[in-house]
Amino acid sequence: MRTRSGPVPSPAEQPREAWPLWEVFVRSRAGLSHQHVGSLHAVDADMAVENARDVYTRRGEGASLWVVPADAITASDPQDSSAFFGLDEEFRHPNHYVVPDEVHGI
Amino acid sequence: MSEPLLRIADSCLVLTQRLTAWCGHAPALEEDIALANVALDVLGHARALLTRVGELEGAGREEDDLAYLRDAGEFRNQLLVEQPNGDFAHTVVRQFLFDTWSATLWPALTSSTDEVVAGIAGKAAKEAAYHVRHSGGWVIRLGDGTQESHARMLAAVEDLWPYAGEAYLDDAVDVEAAEAGLVPLPSSLAGAARFRLEQVFAEATLPIPPEPYWQRGGRQGQHTEHLTYLLADMQVVHRAHPGATW
Repeated sequence: MRTRSGPVPSPAEQPREAWPLWEVFVRSRAGLSHQHVGSLHAVDADMAVENARDVYTRRGEGASLWVVPADAITASDPQDSSAFFGLDEEFRHPNHYVVPDEVHGI
Repeated sequence: MSEPLLRIADSCLVLTQRLTAWCGHAPALEEDIALANVALDVLGHARALLTRVGELEGAGREEDDLAYLRDAGEFRNQLLVEQPNGDFAHTVVRQFLFDTWSATLWPALTSSTDEVVAGIAGKAAKEAAYHVRHSGGWVIRLGDGTQESHARMLAAVEDLWPYAGEAYLDDAVDVEAAEAGLVPLPSSLAGAARFRLEQVFAEATLPIPPEPYWQRGGRQGQHTEHLTYLLADMQVVHRAHPGATW
C-alpha cells in the first residue's frame, strides 16, 4: 500500500487549534451523585462523552457520565475568597449542644 | 478444526500490533488512550482464542507459542489488518472495516457449539459494539469534515477497499467449520456488516467504491510483505530471550 501522506508526524509537528475543554463528572454507581473527576478535550459533546468513557472509566469506575463545557462553568473569584469563605462563624456548626447519653445515631 | 478460530485470533493479534504503534502518536491525548483501549480489548480477544486454539489442536502449544513462534506463512489473519498505519485516516478506515466485521462476527459466535468460544464471544461482542461506534464516529467526522480530511479519507478508502472483502469469502475450511456449528460462515456476515458500513459512509459523505477483485489469501497463509516486518517487531524480544518471564 502506498502511503500518500508519508510518515506519521508527531503531534508537535501538527499545529492545530486546541479542541474545546470539557469537565467530566462520573457517577460511580446508582444512587450516588456525579463527582467531578477531571477534564478533557473534544470537538463536541458526543466525542466528549466517548473520550470521558475512554479516559476516566477504563477500570469500571462509572455507571453514568456527565460532560459540561468548561466555559459554561462560572467559578468564584479567588479575590473573593476571604469574603466568601474566610468567615469565623463557628456558631453555624452544631457543636454546642449537649447530647444526652441516651441519644444514639447523631 | 481449530483453523477457523486461528483466522479470527490472528486478525485480532496483528491488528493489535498495528494499533499499539500509535501509542504516544495519536492526534490527541484522548484518542491516544482510546486507541490503546481498543488495542487492549482486541488483544484480549486474540489471547483467549489463541489459548483455545492451543487446547483444541492438542499439541501442547500455548498462546505465546502461537503468537511469537510462528512465521508469516503460518499466520491466518486477513490482509486488511497487516496494512500499514499510514496517516490517521488510513488507520480509521482500516479500523472501521475491521470493526464492521468483528461487531457482526462476535454476536454470531455466541452461539458457537464450542462453549469456550461462545463465552469469549459474549464478552467480545460488547467491546466490539463500542469499537465500531468509535471508529464509525471518526469516519463520519473526517469524511464529513474539512476538505483536507475528506480528501484523506477518500484516499484511505481507495487504498484499503480491495482488502475489505476477504473476511466474507468462504473456503472449504469455513464451510466445514460452519456445518459443525463452530463458527458462522464468513459470507453470512456480509449483509449486516455492509448495512452498517453503508449507513456510516452515507453520513460521512463518502462514496462506496464499486466491488473490486477482493485481495485474498491471508486467511490461507499468503500475506503481503508488510506482515514479515510486523512480526519481526512483535516477536524479536520473545525469540531473543526464549522462556523469559517478568
